[in-house]
Amino acid sequence: MFDFLDGYDVLGAFWKTIQLTFFSAVGSLIWGTLLAAMRVSPVPLMRGFGTVYVNVVRNIPLSVIIVFTSLGLADVFSVTMGAGGDVATLAFRLSVLGLTAYTSAFVCEAVRSGINTVHLGQAEAARAIGLNFFQVLTLIVLPQAFRAVIGPLANVLIALTKNTTVAAAIGVAEAAYLMKKMIENEAQTILIGLVFAFGFVVLTLPMGLFLNWLGKRLAVKR
Amino acid sequence: MKLRKVTVAAATVLALTGTATACSNDKGSDEGKITVGIKYDQPGMGQKTPGGDYAGFDVDVATYIAEQLGYKKGDITFKETKTPDRENALKNGDVKFIVGTYSITPERDAQVDFAGPYFLAHQDLLVRSDSDVNKGTDLNGKTLCSVSGSTSAQNVQKKIAPKAQLREYNTYSECVSGLSSGAVDAMTTDDSILAGYAAQKQNKGKFKLLGLKLSNENYGVGVKSGDKATKDKINKAIEKMVSSGAWEKAVKANLGPADYDNEPAPKIGEIKK
Repeated sequence: MFDFLDGYDVLGAFWKTIQLTFFSAVGSLIWGTLLAAMRVSPVPLMRGFGTVYVNVVRNIPLSVIIVFTSLGLADVFSVTMGAGGDVATLAFRLSVLGLTAYTSAFVCEAVRSGINTVHLGQAEAARAIGLNFFQVLTLIVLPQAFRAVIGPLANVLIALTKNTTVAAAIGVAEAAYLMKKMIENEAQTILIGLVFAFGFVVLTLPMGLFLNWLGKRLAVKR
Repeated sequence: MKLRKVTVAAATVLALTGTATACSNDKGSDEGKITVGIKYDQPGMGQKTPGGDYAGFDVDVATYIAEQLGYKKGDITFKETKTPDRENALKNGDVKFIVGTYSITPERDAQVDFAGPYFLAHQDLLVRSDSDVNKGTDLNGKTLCSVSGSTSAQNVQKKIAPKAQLREYNTYSECVSGLSSGAVDAMTTDDSILAGYAAQKQNKGKFKLLGLKLSNENYGVGVKSGDKATKDKINKAIEKMVSSGAWEKAVKANLGPADYDNEPAPKIGEIKK
């Protein structure tokens, strides 16, 4: 029944999906946190930039962003991403860039909501003992904020894992790309679709369970 | 108690799915109307024009066949059948038959039946008019564009030019824009589809087809597996279309402007490997 799987590197394709997810997750966690810091900062220019960035980027369809990185950044503006002219590496890095840019907007909003859970008195007390804005944020506010938003961030991570399928639009050889190829060759739409759907559930289900457990364990008891 | 509710809900869903499938049987031809599957995004072969009309060689073939089956032009409804949807559309009876650059392959033949072939196409390369690419191996080290996961893209990686830098997008239109801007050196797929793009008004004179015949693509008319009556009727219709000269006329009208050198009409049941 599953002989249509012969000769296809399904695990290799999912490995590519995991790599895409990993690099984009790390990237968007950093950039998203920076954006959140900008949105709560006392400098109006940074607040404005953060607000505009989040509201513009999260409202653009991801497929448009990904295709733009290839047709726009790479073709028109000759961005090479240090790939040395290798098209496959370039496509991979461009999609990590696109996924990071997009997911950061959601990470930013999740982190910002976490910052709002931290009692104002905490920040005031920190300022009262002479900490500056950067110290208040990194030493007092963000550690508590992150513990409150592990659940929402797990949602973002699961969405990101599934969003990596959009990278097939610029030819990154991940799971959705292989699925397309197999459907083209084998004409077994439903079975192949089920195999890949199952693969994604195997990836995301443990992720959600683990992060929910972690979120409960680390929640700030008030 | 909660568990039982879930079971009831699941059973209801199952039952509903069952009825839904039963109803949708043979929706392809109800009350003197017929639904035909075509592609919407292949200029020259099957395209939905901005005005809501349909144009292309596949559309002409589909119309001719439907008319031969006894339907009037106004009774034909076209439905888009994208590559991954084709087998299921036939199995569910959403469409009576499909004329959509549907290459006959053993894997597909196991799922659906094919009438025809009605056209023989080859994988080919489309390059800019001033390009120095003349054969497949010239592509090694150059950038080539195709659709993600398509048979043509796989052929390039395996046989034609394994060292070519292959860029893949979701649609051929994105390749065409890359080809005209210079971001890619060539694009590849069936010559019939390439000819359609080269024949578009805005591209006229910009591109040339190399005519390399890198593979044989036997386009068939997909019908539901086991529907021999329809298959035989369609085969007769194709034969009539060829012998009456309507076939040649349709090829020239749709693909002619690109200087496309088409193969003569294939014989029914003759599949070139």
